[in-house]
Amino acid sequence: MAEMRYREALNAALREELARDERVILMGEDIGVFGGAFKVTDGLLAEFGERRVRDTPISENTIVGVGVGAAMTGLKPVVELMTINFALLAFDQIVNHAAHIHYMFGGQAKVPLVVRMPQGAGHQLGPTHSHCLEALFLHIPGLLVAVPSTAADAKGLLKTAIRDENPVIFIEHESLYGVRGEVPDDEDHLVHFGQARIAREGSDVTLVGISRMALTAERAARTLADEHGVQAEVIDPRTLRPLDLETILASVRKTNHCVTVEEGWPHGGVGANLAALISEQAFDDLDAPVRRVTGADVPMPYSKPLEDLAYPHERQIVAAVLATLNRTPAATEPATAGGA
Amino acid sequence: MSSPPASSPPAPSLPAPEDAREWLQTMTLIRRFEERAGEMYARAKVGGFLHLSIGEEATIVGSARALRDSDYLISTYRSHGHALVRGTPPENVMAELFGRVDGCSGGRGGSMHMFDSKRRFMGGYGIVGGNLPIAAGIALASDYRGTEEVTLCVFGDGASNQGTFGETLNIAALWRLPVVFMVTNNQFGMGTALGRHSAVTDLRRKGESLGVPGMRCDGMDVLDTHAVTAEAVRRVREDRRPVLVEAVTYRFRGHSMADPEQYRTKEEVARWRERDPLPAFGGLLVREGVIDESERERVDERAIARVDGAVEFAEASPFPPAESLYDDVYVLDDEVRGSYSVRTTAPESAPGQTLESSIGEIPQQITTALEAGEDAG
Repeated sequence: MAEMRYREALNAALREELARDERVILMGEDIGVFGGAFKVTDGLLAEFGERRVRDTPISENTIVGVGVGAAMTGLKPVVELMTINFALLAFDQIVNHAAHIHYMFGGQAKVPLVVRMPQGAGHQLGPTHSHCLEALFLHIPGLLVAVPSTAADAKGLLKTAIRDENPVIFIEHESLYGVRGEVPDDEDHLVHFGQARIAREGSDVTLVGISRMALTAERAARTLADEHGVQAEVIDPRTLRPLDLETILASVRKTNHCVTVEEGWPHGGVGANLAALISEQAFDDLDAPVRRVTGADVPMPYSKPLEDLAYPHERQIVAAVLATLNRTPAATEPATAGGA
Repeated sequence: MSSPPASSPPAPSLPAPEDAREWLQTMTLIRRFEERAGEMYARAKVGGFLHLSIGEEATIVGSARALRDSDYLISTYRSHGHALVRGTPPENVMAELFGRVDGCSGGRGGSMHMFDSKRRFMGGYGIVGGNLPIAAGIALASDYRGTEEVTLCVFGDGASNQGTFGETLNIAALWRLPVVFMVTNNQFGMGTALGRHSAVTDLRRKGESLGVPGMRCDGMDVLDTHAVTAEAVRRVREDRRPVLVEAVTYRFRGHSMADPEQYRTKEEVARWRERDPLPAFGGLLVREGVIDESERERVDERAIARVDGAVEFAEASPFPPAESLYDDVYVLDDEVRGSYSVRTTAPESAPGQTLESSIGEIPQQITTALEAGEDAG
C-alpha cells in the first residue's frame, strides 16, 4: 500500500494503463502542456509524448466524438472533460453515439471509450461549473457510470474502466483531488464495476452515499454513533451502472431503514432511483420510507453561504437518519429532501 | 432557386470497361433499390423515416469508387446507397428496412442506421453532423496505427452549419488527419434551400478558415465525381491533411417520404432531372461503345431482379426474437466478468411483467409519484 492523493491515484492509473496497452491514448483540453486543469494528467505528456497524450481544442462534442471513432476502430481513448457541466456540450456524442452504437449497429461495433470529468460544489464556481449530474448519465442504457470517492477506488475503477470494452462515464469530484488515501501498489489491482464498498458496518440504518457524499455519510455515521448511539451502515456503490443492488438490499434487510445521500438534485436523482428500487424489492423489510438527502433544487449559487446551503453536509444526514428512526422530528433544513 | 451545373468540361476519361460497367450496375442497383424501398414504405413494410438518394447515385458511386477496400466510408441517415456501394448485399439492406433479423444492423438501426463493419462502411447516423467527429476519430486510429487508410466522411449541405463541422475540420487540420470530407450539396437542408440556411453558399470554401482546402465536383457526373474525389483521396493519403469536397447534386425525391415538397417547384426538379446521372452515364457508355443498348437494358433488368430478390429475402427473414431485446446493450467480455449484473431474460412483454436489466430488476410499469424536494427550501 502507498498513501497518495486521489489525483495521484488517477494519474497512476493512467500512467500504468498507458504503459500496459499501446492502444490507450489520452485526449482533452489542457491535459498535456498545462498538465490538466486539476493536474490529474501531470507529467504524462513528458513520459508518453504527444502521440499518446493529446491537447485538444475547446470542442467538447468533437473531442468525445473523435474518441468514439477511434474506439470503434481499435484504440482505447480516455477523454478528459474539464467539468461535468462541459459534458453537456458533448451529450450528443455521449448519448446518441457512444452509448448507442453497439446496440444500433447490431453488435458489430463497440466503443471502449472512457470520458473522465470532475463534478461537485464547494469551490464557489457558480451555476455552470459546480453541479453533480451523475443521474443524467445513469439514465442512459449503454453507458457505465463510475463515481469513486476514495483514492484506492479512483485508481482501481479507472483501470477497470480503461480495460473495459464499453463506454464509461468516469465521474471524479473536485473536492476529492487533494484527499489522501491508502492505495494498493499492485499494477493489476482492479476494482470491478458493480461491487459496492461497505465503508462502515452498522445495524440501525443503511446510508448510501454517492460520490463525495460517501465520505460525508461516513462522517455523519461517526457522529450518529458518538452522539446518538445509532449504528449506521455506510455503503458506497462506487458504480451506478452497473449497480450492486444486492449489497444495498442485504443491508436494508438488516437495518430496515435507508437514507440515500447525493449532491445532485432531488427530482429524477440517484436517490429517487434507489428509493424506487428498494421500495419495489424490499418493501416488507422497510420500517420507514426511504429518505433522501439531496442537493437543493436550485442552480448552484456563487455566494459562499448560499452555496453551503445548496449541497448536503453532515448535519443534514444526521437529521435525516434521526427522522427516519423516529428519534427526533425531521429537520427542515435546506439540502434535505425528505422522501416522506 | 437552384440550377444544375452545366456538364463538366473537360470530361474525364472513362475508366476501364469492366469498371465502367460496374459503376453503371451499382448506380442502377441503387436507383432501383431506392424506388422499391419507397414502394415498400408506401405498403407499410418499412417503418420510421425513409430518406431516398434518388438523383445522387453518381455522387455515391463516383466518390466511393475512389476508395480502396481498406479505406473507411461513413455516412448519414441517407445511406442505403452507401451500404450498397460498399458491397453490402441488397438483401441485408432491405431486411434492415423491414426490421428483420438479417438486416445489416440486425434490425436495430433501420433506414437511418445501416452498418457493415466487414466492408468498412462505418455507419449511417441519424444526427445531422454526428458522423464528422467519428470520422476524425477513425482517421486518428488509422494514423496512430501507421496505415495508409483514408476515411471518406459524407454529409449534407445542412450539416455544414452544425458545430461539429467547424470543430471537426479544425481538429482534423490541426492533427493532420486523413479525412476526405464530402459535403453532398443536394441544395436543401430538409426543406430549407441552401441560400436560406447558409450565409456562404460556395460550400467548398467553408473549410478554408479552418485550414481545410476545398474542391468541387459535379455530383451528377460520375466521372467528374470520381476524378475529383480520387485526387482528394490521393492528396489526403499522401499529405495526411484533410480536404473538403463539395459534390453538387440534387435529390429528385422529397427529403423523406413525408415531404409534400412545397419548398421547390416542379420546374426546378424537372431541370435537374434533365441531368439524371443514370441515363447520362448509360448513354455515354453506349456512345463510347463500352456497352450496347441491349446490355444497358440487361443491367437494368438485373438490378430489378436483384431488388425483387431482396424484397423476397426481407419478407422471409424473421423479426428479431423477443429474447434479443437486451442483446448488445453492453459488451460482455472476459476482462470484468460478472461485474455487470446484466441478466438478460426473455421479456414476454405482458404489461407489469418484471424485466431485468443492467440496473437490476425494473418492473415494466413504473408508477412514479415524486413527492420530495419542495420542503428543501
